[in-house]
Amino acid sequence: MIPERFKAFLLPIAILAIFEIWARVAHLQSDSLAPPSAIAVAFVEAFQDGSMLTATRDTLISAFAGLSIGGAVGLAFGIALGIFHIFDRLMEVTIEAIRPIPSIALLPIALIALGFGYRMEIVIVAFACVWPILILTRAAVGGIEPRLIEVSRALRLSPVDRVRKIIIPAALPRIFLAFRLAAGIALIVAVTVEIAINPIGLGAAIMTAQQALRPDLMLAYLFWIGLIGYLLNTGLMLAQRHLFGRAALVGDSA
Amino acid sequence: MNRPALYWRAASFAVAAGFVGLWQLIADQRLVSPVFLPGPDRAWASLVRGFASGDLLDKLLGTLEHMAYGWLVASIAGIALGALIGSSRTMRSYVAPSLEFLRPLPVSAVIPVAIAMFGLTQSMALFVIAFGAIWPMLLATIHGFSAVEPRLYEVARSLHMSRLAIIFKIALPSASPDILAGMRLSVTVALILSVVCEILAGLDGLGHWVLLSARAFRSADLFAGVMLLGVIGYLTALAMSMVEKRLLKWRSSGH
Repeated sequence: MIPERFKAFLLPIAILAIFEIWARVAHLQSDSLAPPSAIAVAFVEAFQDGSMLTATRDTLISAFAGLSIGGAVGLAFGIALGIFHIFDRLMEVTIEAIRPIPSIALLPIALIALGFGYRMEIVIVAFACVWPILILTRAAVGGIEPRLIEVSRALRLSPVDRVRKIIIPAALPRIFLAFRLAAGIALIVAVTVEIAINPIGLGAAIMTAQQALRPDLMLAYLFWIGLIGYLLNTGLMLAQRHLFGRAALVGDSA
Repeated sequence: MNRPALYWRAASFAVAAGFVGLWQLIADQRLVSPVFLPGPDRAWASLVRGFASGDLLDKLLGTLEHMAYGWLVASIAGIALGALIGSSRTMRSYVAPSLEFLRPLPVSAVIPVAIAMFGLTQSMALFVIAFGAIWPMLLATIHGFSAVEPRLYEVARSLHMSRLAIIFKIALPSASPDILAGMRLSVTVALILSVVCEILAGLDGLGHWVLLSARAFRSADLFAGVMLLGVIGYLTALAMSMVEKRLLKWRSSGH
């Protein structure tokens, strides 16, 4: 019996090996494909001359700045809508009208208003991150055990203390889940904006590699973007399990 | 809908109308330059004009076409592949980890690869949209298949059902809620990727329309296009959730 851990690596290793052999046998000359060994060389080179790190920094700055702004807005509105049902019902139509706009459709608006660069990318990422956090926070706050709210009333906590001491701790596991989902979205949107139009970051770097007919470098960037996405997701998932233990499982089925 | 709910709905619409009024006021007072922010009146006029001349309708149909083709290809391939992988334990343990690694990959990152392979063409858009939209369905199908009540498989074995019959009569119906949820997610992905592909490759569609409007600083046309994209997003999500409710009715009545 082959151990499970090994099985997971068997398929990618087999694909890479077959591809490498095929590329060597057929003397591959292509604008879109490159043998894995060439990709590895391009990866190391881009890493050593610093271009890959600069691009990574630009993308991550935009993604995290957008995530913090969008997350803060989503969190504030989500808590407010979760606490005040009147507010929630009054805002329903407005939210349902804005939410389905695909974030990338804002790209041309952000482009003429802010020009190229970090700012327009951050705005678009922030818009995309508001919604998952708002919706899940609202649900989390609305789903808090009513007795906890009663306790806070009996203790005569001020509204600020009620949010700080009762509501946020009680809803935190699900808010963190929302944050994890939004972090994934932030990275996706940031890379997409860069690929579509913005000349900074990993997305622009991979487009440049394609236009320079460097499939090895392009695929090296593709691998690196995938790795960042994977590490971000895995890291946040571990953090979620570590921080909240069993409580982290609450919203995961949703 | 009962009476109070109806009143709340009306009040909620009034609030939304208030925001539109505020937008009009800001535009009229020129608090923001009209180059960036047209009033709702100008955006609406541009929408009506676009439809009257047929320009906007063509672009709308173009975007819907890209979305629909990519999504259909992804649905068929995703469910078929998912069924193949999900119905065999061996396949699952070999293939699933690689798929899990690929899942958080920002799918737009394959666009350059697709451009290198297909050029700036319709096939490129089809490939990208299908590639992006396949993941939610593929993973949902695999998950749905692996979560089938084991006793159902035992029943199937004692009835001597073939593997195909097991897939169609037991696994697919049992996995249908997961699959439909995946299909709903991937509609959104398909819309976003359609817009991105249109922007990049200049294919006929709303993505191209909004970009051209922005380049020419025709902000009213730009907002009309963005509003239309919002409408597409809203209607497709609504349609999917209605289909979902309808198809899964048997579930809520059974248990």
